[in-house]
Amino acid sequence: MTVHASPGRFAKEAQGTHLAAGRSLLTLAVENMHCGGCMRSVERAALSVKGVETARASLAAKRVSVTYDPAVAGEADVVAALERAGFAAAPIEAAKRDRDTARQHYLLRRLAVAGFASMNIMLLSIAVWAGVASDMDPALAAMFRWISALIALPTVAYSGQPFFVSALGALKGRRLNMDVPISLAILLATAMSLYQTMVGSEQVYFDAAVSLLFFLLVGRFLDESLRVRARSEAQNLLSLQGGIATVVEADGTRRLVAAHALLPGDRLLVAPGERVSADGVVLSGKGDIDQSLITGETAPVAVAPGAEIYAGTLNLGQALEVQVTAADSATLLAEISRLMLAAEQGKARYRRLADRAAGIYAPAVHGLGLATFLGWMIAGASWQTALTYAIAVLIITCPCALALAVPAVQIAAASRLFRKGIMVKAADGLERIAESDMVVFDKTGTLTVGKPQLLDTDLIPDAVLASAASLAVASRHPYARAVVAAAERRLGKVVAVNNIEETAGQGLERRRDGKCERLGSAAWCGIKQAGEGSEVWYRVDGAEPVRFRFADRLRSDAAAVVAELKGRGYGVALLSGDREGVVESIAREIGIELRLADLKPADKIAWLEARAAEGCKVLMVGDGLNDAPALAAAHASISPASAADISQRAADFVFQGERLAPVLEAIAVAKRARSMAFQNFAVAFVYNIVCVPLAMAGYVTPLIAAIVMSTSSILVTANALRLAGRPPL
Amino acid sequence: MTALAWLVPAALFLGGLGLAAFLWALRSGQFEDLEGAAYRALEDDPPEEDDPPEADDRKRE
Repeated sequence: MTVHASPGRFAKEAQGTHLAAGRSLLTLAVENMHCGGCMRSVERAALSVKGVETARASLAAKRVSVTYDPAVAGEADVVAALERAGFAAAPIEAAKRDRDTARQHYLLRRLAVAGFASMNIMLLSIAVWAGVASDMDPALAAMFRWISALIALPTVAYSGQPFFVSALGALKGRRLNMDVPISLAILLATAMSLYQTMVGSEQVYFDAAVSLLFFLLVGRFLDESLRVRARSEAQNLLSLQGGIATVVEADGTRRLVAAHALLPGDRLLVAPGERVSADGVVLSGKGDIDQSLITGETAPVAVAPGAEIYAGTLNLGQALEVQVTAADSATLLAEISRLMLAAEQGKARYRRLADRAAGIYAPAVHGLGLATFLGWMIAGASWQTALTYAIAVLIITCPCALALAVPAVQIAAASRLFRKGIMVKAADGLERIAESDMVVFDKTGTLTVGKPQLLDTDLIPDAVLASAASLAVASRHPYARAVVAAAERRLGKVVAVNNIEETAGQGLERRRDGKCERLGSAAWCGIKQAGEGSEVWYRVDGAEPVRFRFADRLRSDAAAVVAELKGRGYGVALLSGDREGVVESIAREIGIELRLADLKPADKIAWLEARAAEGCKVLMVGDGLNDAPALAAAHASISPASAADISQRAADFVFQGERLAPVLEAIAVAKRARSMAFQNFAVAFVYNIVCVPLAMAGYVTPLIAAIVMSTSSILVTANALRLAGRPPL
Repeated sequence: MTALAWLVPAALFLGGLGLAAFLWALRSGQFEDLEGAAYRALEDDPPEEDDPPEADDRKRE
């Protein structure tokens, strides 16, 4: 079968329903795809692979879906082709992708049906209401009610499903959630209206029941799309970090394999500058490894054949050949992720604001409805009248504002943060961060940039810096890069030169005019005195050697952010796995009094739990792999985009850029969102105060119910939208 | 009054048409990539793999 997919055909294929026989579907997250041109190049690059039949990129999702013949092409071929075109890409697990889209479409279909039905029923109802005032033929009014019933019944059965299913689940677990009063109000109103239509009464609530469904589904859909967007962003990020590994076969040929498909025993080739994809032992090659993701330490570690090496570390030296000992879920990374999951159990106990409100609201509403019914029965009304009034109470009190307002506020807050480079990963993270009263920072990579910087540049003569930098350009080592960066800052441009040889783990060398110029470790430059580690020497034959010292650099606004947090009344603390001396000097520099050093991941969790027991709600800001469990254990957490993937998975928010200010922004927007959610609750409360007594007294007609409900829903949504369009906080 | 006998069904039918169009659009993936679609309209080269409906008809002939 030739596959020339129209957009429609392709989407069906993407859902896995109409995939041609013998074809596989692959969805890749693509980094750096920002414009129409990129989209086209991505599709072209994917189509250029032999065996690929269709390729369709989505700019909004930053993904490309590819159908291919698995007999001819493989995942890795497509990834490699995209890489040649300049786009980093990585496969996304099919199961997660499909579930999200399916759920969103499920809600959207029901929303569309409810929207259609509510508009048509409202059209008929307005005619009936207007006709009651003038002189409408009663038979015609009855016919209109019957048509309304015909539209409403299938709509309630179809569009009400999400609420009925959730309410049933809650009741089975002997809990009350928001969906219990919603389902009850809708079902009772529909059943009662059907009865009233049959007996020819005027108390018919089809319009209210269906428009209620419509507004509630809008809220549900907004909530879901916020989650899906956050999840898909997070998935893209994680897939991209996993990446692709080069495996060397027994016969010496090389093959590209997705990192999650590696097996123990595979021989892995790790190119310079590449991340190691699995735990293993070095077979050949030596050089420096950046282990900062695992240990939080910025200083590189030298490795030689026989050394153990961990997934997530970065190869700084020459190409290494590694024998895989543990891959995918067995790596140290995965081990820490299990520790993290255990810590997350605590967070799962958090009850969302809307659910907590429902816990109080639902019994109150049911109580009022029951009281109305019993009251009218005692007062001697017929059971139909009593039930009608009770249903009016249920409809009036139906928690539209609760169910619609909170998601509307949160989606407005999330899109606002998104524009500032902050990704909201957990929807309830916004609520939790707003509650926090203490901010705890990690040191390396969080308060600091996580990259070494050259110290005391003033003591180094220009000429020395220039020639050292021209050597350093040839290396990827972080110290070398720091030298180049310092030289560029002071001298402008760094001149690249030829004939540089790099000895991994040692240094760089260049021979010029019979002289040997060296930049590297103390031993490499022939210096006996033992250095402290964070240093590099530069020596030209016969001249005095020059020492370059390095240290990690603070984020430019770290001190300002800490001062601002203190000014706003937050407790601020620094938890680090680093040595006491280093932690103390950093803490003093940015003004944090409360500091703890030499902490292991478990110590950090213990400290956080102690604070939680005291009633503190801690916001943890951290990046390292060692922080991941602490991020999961804290009340709320933020992680920079440069963090270990596992930390990003644990954190509620991920921020981009070199500044720490996004932490302030996230807190401010979350607080704002929280106060708007409360404003919306207040709006709903005022409506209830006014309308519930009227409903209980039996003065609420279907017309009033419909108007009150629509206006309150529109009001809370409009209030929420103010957050997205507001000027900076 | 007899006008209502066909006006109401006509209104429902038209509304239903709109609903059907939306559900079709959703099913066929018209909302999959709202940002990208804006750029695709500006492409100069003829679409290769998204054959327009006319192209399908020609092939059948």
